Amino acid sequence: MKSSENSNECFEILISNYEDIILARQKVKSFMQKTGFSVLAQTRIVTAVSELARNIVVHAGQGKMSAYQITKKRNRPGLKCVFKDQGPGISNIDEAMKEGFSTSNSLGLGLSGARKLCNEFHIESAEKKGTTISIVEWL
Amino acid sequence: MGEVTILNIGNNIIVPVQTELHDEDARQLQTDILKKIENTGAKGLLIDVSAVSIIDSFLGRLLVETSKMARLMGTETVLVGMKKEVVLTLIQLGLQMKNLHTALNIEDGLALLEKMITGPSLSRRKDEKFRK
Repeated sequence: MKSSENSNECFEILISNYEDIILARQKVKSFMQKTGFSVLAQTRIVTAVSELARNIVVHAGQGKMSAYQITKKRNRPGLKCVFKDQGPGISNIDEAMKEGFSTSNSLGLGLSGARKLCNEFHIESAEKKGTTISIVEWL
Repeated sequence: MGEVTILNIGNNIIVPVQTELHDEDARQLQTDILKKIENTGAKGLLIDVSAVSIIDSFLGRLLVETSKMARLMGTETVLVGMKKEVVLTLIQLGLQMKNLHTALNIEDGLALLEKMITGPSLSRRKDEKFRK
């Protein structure tokens, strides 16, 4: 592993169908295994990845996930995943983040659930301008 | 990926999910299970997810729905083999798997199914279902 400044891109996956969701899950899982994350952390984050990747397929049609190895003070390693799409975007983020809110007849646990499953969660979106969500998990 | 074996043993259908299912696979599996119930008249359905490493909101909802559908066809469902990490994640995610019977492993699951099927409220229905 390279000694990185702050972030080090590991891989990028184009997401446009349900099989890509599985691929994203597998890649993140094997990266976390190698980095030494616990099985519980792997399960939480892979579940969050699954929710966010599905959001791309369902709402935007296509997008991509980029994964980065990041480092905090004292070399504490972490994983950052960025989900980016050029889809319709979210007009009211607060509403979209609410548990149970859905525009696709789902349970509405995707965004609210993913936020609860990781250490850090950041969302940026505007109508017609796509959505970018990043999640971070520290070892 | 994709193909999941559906076993018919006695009065039960057993579904050991051995691969990570994507959404289409999972929907297909649901249809296949209902078809199998229709063809066999099975009274119990046991779904084993011990080889599944994550259950997200989609798969969780699909499992709950499958159990509801099976019940409408006169079949009781028990979900077995959820790993502790999966359970912790499901609760954190906020997914409520209401009305879904669960057991630790296949053995316990079959015992629970037996109890549910021969339970007092269902005993009358049992005789009717035996005749084809």
